Amino acid sequence: MITKPIIFAGAMALIGSGAMADCENTVPVKSLTNAFPAYVIMTDVMKGCGNFEAELDKDHRLKVQDVLSSDPALYTIVGVANATSVPLFDQELVRPLNDLIEKHGQNLNENQFITIDGNVLAVAALFNTQHLMYREDIFNDLEIEVPTTWDEVFEAAETIEAAGLVDYPLGGYYMAGWNLGFVFVNHYLGEGGAFLDENNNPIIDADKAYLVMERMKTAASYMDPEYLVSDTTFVTKQFQQGKIAIANLWASRAGAVNDPNESTVAGNIKMAAGLMGSAQPASTVWWDGWVVAKNITDEEAEAGFKLIAAAMDPAVIAANNDAAVWLANGFTPGLAAVGAAATAEAGAPAYPATKAMAVMHTALGNGLSAYMTGDKDAETALADILADYEVAAKEANLL
Amino acid sequence: MFVGPSLILMLIFIAAPLVTVFWNSFYVTKPQYEKVEVETCTPGFPKPKCTTAVKQLPLLDENGKVVTETSFVGLESYINVLEPNRLRAALEALDWNALNNIEFWQALRFTLLFTLVTMPLVIGTGLLIALTVNGTIQSIKGPVIFVSLLPFIITPVIGALSIRWLFIGDGILTAALEAWLDRDIAMFAQGWTIEILMYVYRVWHVAPFAFVVFYAGLQTLNNDTLESAIVDGANRFERLRYVVIPHLMPLIIFVLLIHLMDAYRVFEEIVGFSSQAYVISLQWLTYDFLMPDEAGTRSISRASASAMLTMVGIIVLLVIPLRRAWRDRRKIH
Repeated sequence: MITKPIIFAGAMALIGSGAMADCENTVPVKSLTNAFPAYVIMTDVMKGCGNFEAELDKDHRLKVQDVLSSDPALYTIVGVANATSVPLFDQELVRPLNDLIEKHGQNLNENQFITIDGNVLAVAALFNTQHLMYREDIFNDLEIEVPTTWDEVFEAAETIEAAGLVDYPLGGYYMAGWNLGFVFVNHYLGEGGAFLDENNNPIIDADKAYLVMERMKTAASYMDPEYLVSDTTFVTKQFQQGKIAIANLWASRAGAVNDPNESTVAGNIKMAAGLMGSAQPASTVWWDGWVVAKNITDEEAEAGFKLIAAAMDPAVIAANNDAAVWLANGFTPGLAAVGAAATAEAGAPAYPATKAMAVMHTALGNGLSAYMTGDKDAETALADILADYEVAAKEANLL
Repeated sequence: MFVGPSLILMLIFIAAPLVTVFWNSFYVTKPQYEKVEVETCTPGFPKPKCTTAVKQLPLLDENGKVVTETSFVGLESYINVLEPNRLRAALEALDWNALNNIEFWQALRFTLLFTLVTMPLVIGTGLLIALTVNGTIQSIKGPVIFVSLLPFIITPVIGALSIRWLFIGDGILTAALEAWLDRDIAMFAQGWTIEILMYVYRVWHVAPFAFVVFYAGLQTLNNDTLESAIVDGANRFERLRYVVIPHLMPLIIFVLLIHLMDAYRVFEEIVGFSSQAYVISLQWLTYDFLMPDEAGTRSISRASASAMLTMVGIIVLLVIPLRRAWRDRRKIH
């Protein structure tokens, strides 16, 4: 789990080394982040500054809270996203960065700051969302219009399946657990649904939920039958190996699917806006960025922050322009960013990250797989999910 | 005096955690919250978005730790895990599907079946390898033993992952099967194929252990008894049935007990094959309760209850063969 990102890091270093920020670090700094390409690029720049150790782990979200609550904290700087940042902010495990930004943050811009009551608690590096990616060559061959809703996707998938140009027309991150729950969350928000009221009582609209569940099953019928073990990386590979023609995928993978070093169909995959639900886009808006641990010395915090600033130097961003939809200065939205920008413009909502929502998300992720396999009907699955949520939320004192 | 150090270590590493888990299963620790209105600004594309909303924030004490309250809940966590009401409803309606829809009973179903199916296979395969190796010529015995032991040396999770990669998607073995049977195969698209892979994997992994134990037992087999059996006209099968197996019986019981304990804690297969959508085990259930979600919430109490139930299950399973062995011993003396 750890070696893979490291090998990847080596490969990316060759690409990204063109732009090295002017930096030198004397205080030992350690980072813990997710393992997708943007973090590999940023931590590689940090390594170039010296005295730096990076841990890239795609399951980092399971650790962040524990490593930051110990005193001293086990990592100086940590990469978080909006959902993972909730407990860190709530429990005040990260330090306000206002003074450090004033001293070393000349390269950063205001749209990168996550501010709570005036305190900047995190600096975002990139913007992330889920949007449509499709094989332009296949779409042109079969004269298919670019779909904007899921029903249009199914029509397109039908045509592609009939033509037999790829193994499976659709790809999707339907892996049981967090991913599967996330698919539901996106669809359901797209239908204008709400999950919880202000007292954390579930207010899931059953009709909307059934509609979404049925749609998920329809989508799955166009996918590789092993969809319940397929995560984002698996879908990315399916694209790269030319096995699928359409997927609604994370914007952070838009660079990878067209990477000529990895993809057999590089250049043929086009980005478009996230698919629309009946109320708003069935995608959520995320940010990914950096926090600095609270339980460390001021000296370490300053060194850590300087590295963060160096990693987001405009020259670095410009040299790796298509690796992500960067929020940092130096980014010129290219072809890979088209989908993300269009999705945001269409009004995709932010992921409703709260502690109670995390419990709900887990219940959805666990409970939906029995529906997808056909073990439960929609009514039983939803009732079980709500019961599961209630037990877990009560145990966490959220209800 | 001599057992002192090991006794202390057992107290620290076995008794203490056990007591803690037992205690945790009857108590729930809840963080305390307050409601605060906060203004949050997050990045938008291209402009930042600011919202003011009432948020539920944990109460922090003067050291910055979350204030928690621990209360006795009795059997509540056990009830939440076992869901006796749904169990009763499913049993009364004789609805197998409804029973299988309750997580704990679904996990128990697989765990028991897994244990009972792999047990005879492990003992049988182990015995077969031991007899085969015992029968080969002396010069190649060493290499043969080494090769037979390899599966047991591999770390279980790594072994499970390698099998998974051989079969997932168009893995080479799936591709080979597809070419051979001339049809599209997806090993990870339904529960029963994953279960078969799990059984096969576990037997492959543990049989070498049974083999080593049985092979050692075969070395102590009295040749005179075997020869006199041959003189009496016993064929190969009769010699196995009346001489070899009775001689190995204590070892077979030993392997059986170890295997029962091991197989009931099946976990690596679930993680390695990421089969949780189709098949879950009791250990995996405990693990799932214990894993923090995105916002760091864990279900410690239910995890403890489920761990205690697993332990009770192992004890029940062990009592049956142990009582038999005990009775047999008494008969002999």
